[in-house]
Amino acid sequence: MASRTRSNPTPSDDGTSVVGDPLRPSDHVDGTPVDDGGGVTQPRLNLVGYLRFFWRQLTSMRTALILLLLLALGAVPGSLVPQRSSDPNGVVAYQTNNPDTFKILDSLGLFSTFTSPWFSAIYLLLFVSLVGCIIPRLKHHLDALRAKPPKTPARLERLVGFTSVTTTTDPAAAIAEARSLLKRQGYRVASYENSVSAERGYLRETGNLIFHIALVGILLTVGVFGSFGYTGQRILVQGEAFTNVIGDYDSYEPGRFSDENSLQPFQLRLDTFEPKYLFQNGGWAPEDFAANLSTRVPGGSWTKQTLKVNSPVDIGGTQVYLLGNGFAPVVTVKNPKGAVVYSGPVAFLSQDNNLTSTGVIKVPDGLAKQVAFQGFFCPTPVTTTTGCASISPYLSKNAKALPVLQLSVFTGDLGLDKGAAVNAYSLNEDGLTKIAGFRTSVPGLDLHVGDSAELPNGLGSIEFTGIDRFVSVDIHHDPTPAFALLFALLILGGLLLSLFVPRRRVWIKAVPGRGTQLTRIEYAGLARGEDPTLARAVAELAQRHQQHLDDVPGAAADDPGEERT
Amino acid sequence: MTPATLAAYSVLAVYSAMAVYVLAFIAFALDLSKRSAIAQSASAGAQAPASLSRATTGTSGAAKTAVLDRAAPPAVPTSSTVAGRASRFQRTAYALVIVGWVVHVTALVLRGVASGRVPWSDLYEFVMTGTAIMVGVFIFVQLWRDVKFLGAYITAIVVLLLGLASVNFYVPVGPLNPALQSVWLVIHVFVATLGTGFFAVGGGLSIAQLLQTRREMGGLARVPFLATFPASEVLENIAYRVIVVGFAFWTFTLMAGAIWAERAWGRYWGWDTKEVWTFIIWVTFAGYIHARATRGWRGSRSAWLAIIGFTAVMFNFTVVNLFFKGLHAYTGL
Repeated sequence: MASRTRSNPTPSDDGTSVVGDPLRPSDHVDGTPVDDGGGVTQPRLNLVGYLRFFWRQLTSMRTALILLLLLALGAVPGSLVPQRSSDPNGVVAYQTNNPDTFKILDSLGLFSTFTSPWFSAIYLLLFVSLVGCIIPRLKHHLDALRAKPPKTPARLERLVGFTSVTTTTDPAAAIAEARSLLKRQGYRVASYENSVSAERGYLRETGNLIFHIALVGILLTVGVFGSFGYTGQRILVQGEAFTNVIGDYDSYEPGRFSDENSLQPFQLRLDTFEPKYLFQNGGWAPEDFAANLSTRVPGGSWTKQTLKVNSPVDIGGTQVYLLGNGFAPVVTVKNPKGAVVYSGPVAFLSQDNNLTSTGVIKVPDGLAKQVAFQGFFCPTPVTTTTGCASISPYLSKNAKALPVLQLSVFTGDLGLDKGAAVNAYSLNEDGLTKIAGFRTSVPGLDLHVGDSAELPNGLGSIEFTGIDRFVSVDIHHDPTPAFALLFALLILGGLLLSLFVPRRRVWIKAVPGRGTQLTRIEYAGLARGEDPTLARAVAELAQRHQQHLDDVPGAAADDPGEERT
Repeated sequence: MTPATLAAYSVLAVYSAMAVYVLAFIAFALDLSKRSAIAQSASAGAQAPASLSRATTGTSGAAKTAVLDRAAPPAVPTSSTVAGRASRFQRTAYALVIVGWVVHVTALVLRGVASGRVPWSDLYEFVMTGTAIMVGVFIFVQLWRDVKFLGAYITAIVVLLLGLASVNFYVPVGPLNPALQSVWLVIHVFVATLGTGFFAVGGGLSIAQLLQTRREMGGLARVPFLATFPASEVLENIAYRVIVVGFAFWTFTLMAGAIWAERAWGRYWGWDTKEVWTFIIWVTFAGYIHARATRGWRGSRSAWLAIIGFTAVMFNFTVVNLFFKGLHAYTGL
């Protein structure tokens, strides 16, 4: 370790620093303070000088610390304001409810805090600062791993846990004994004239470097490899099959580097869905959801698999997760002549634990006008002022309260012809006229399974033919988790090493007595980083060394009482 | 016994534990006032006893070596040097804490048996477990360092949280939400509460450190019991050791949470509100650890970071759980 400064706190006799660690940033408590030239007129800096100045500022401890605190502070808005990534509906609701504040917050990027330029700037600067800090330290540590412990300082009495004893053992034997004792305790040792210098705890710095490098690793994994993945959602009604192509998703978000070729070919079919609920404390609570799927890869046959909330199904590296479930009433819409213009199950999204559900049926073609139905489905209904409410998540078998589908009817422009994406599960009432239901002169439709009803104005008829179950699944391909886990484990392991392995140097020196004087042995230690138990460790070392010396055969006995000063 | 009876006994045990903790708090408060009296009489009489016996390691009479000199560790006025033995109030208070803790843990076990699962799956249970672990960590740290002077702080926080939970968050024993049916519930949440316990004790030590620093600079003359606390530098070192353990647990919590999220939600990190706050807390304590290694930030500034970090932990477990929308919606309320 070469000395670079004039202000070393504890220079040793050969001029090497035993305290300052020049490869730490200069404002690290273990680093060597840089003379900031206080009061002295600094020379004008040229471009390189400025770059060097900024680089030193960026890689200083203080800058890293402030960037860390800014990172924490910058993340706060991400929890106060709904985020596009985790809560897109919340963002839309916020825009509707507070259009004015929305504009301001949106211009600041607060609805996508974690991808906003200012948040990215903070963490990118932090990581540049981190890399700038670890590269020189890495080099220094690799050198230190090959180097032998530094020369014993001339004056040990200024160091931690200094202890001095006299002994009749001759210096060479004492040092040999010290050397083997330190080696047994896991120290790396180097003998100098009448002294032994020892260092241990290299793993502390190794762990520290692993921790910081793994942090960079995780950032790269998420930022670069994460872009090769994709994610999509799909609602699957019982019996329906899904093929893993972009067009078969209800919603699909590609990663930056993924395209249609990234989608592994497979098919997925929902056979049955078995929910279990428990009635307890006056209400129904979900107990277990199991979706029985069949999956098939090209050339294979259908295989049965069970999908649960905490156990995704893996198909060739693509994961399928169970997100939600509900009922899908099956309806058939006919034109006045009796020809079927729409038929099939329609997923109604549940609004509460008892599966009071809402949904929309859109019939764009085949009738005189475009028609939409909007309303409720209740598996075990009770009547309320606004519609039905369900009191149980199971389908009622009680003849007085059979499952009911309550619909309002709209006509007009469904907005499907413009080519823009339209949410299939909600109705934009602009351009639509309500012709039956709440707040119109015509009562809404109230249907049980097997019922059919004529639509107002002779538009046609609708029949409620049955009830299916549906599940919503999240389909996800992400190449990163294995790497992320690897780096996370390195982070944890590195952290534990860097926090709990003490790194210390100790010295044992034998000073030969002149004439009839006894040999004096000195012990002292130096902490390298946090090391609250150093003094105790040096004391124990001294004690053990003395015991060993007492056991050395052949040494002349002596009355120690007289030597005590 | 039926689950309902067990759950009722659990509630009874929680209230009993609270009562015992309140008594412990009173005794700790009396201990602090006794310390004030001792500190005042000590400073009124002579200066604090300065002579500390020189530490010498015992070398047996038959040994060939003899101790010549040993640099004595810096003399720090600790509760034992200034206030002498622990006061009767403190010993009573600490005994009460242990009794209260045993009752508290009993309440947890009863609740767990009543529900047939780990007792930390809704907010009420979570507070119950979290406070039990805070007290547990407080007791555990005593094995290493005497920090009983924090007793009033710990018992006050625990009683307030338990009271809040019993009155506002109580829900009867219910089935486990399918999203929580995972081994990670046992690991992730338990380690999170462990981290919280260490952060709580660390936060208390940092508060004591800040107060002590002000006293050492000549302030806070009206809080004489501080004179019986360890020096601010000693408090800082103990706080650091405790918080570092908490930080290791917190790092693990974050990772275990990510693994679980990957299983349950299909992504290991999605900036859900709870994830955001876990991240904020982690970064704040990372900042604390760096601050301690930065010139000009060691001491009071890093202590403030520890306190801010612990405040964020408390905010995360109460306000974020109750009022922020997100996927971690398991309060049961």
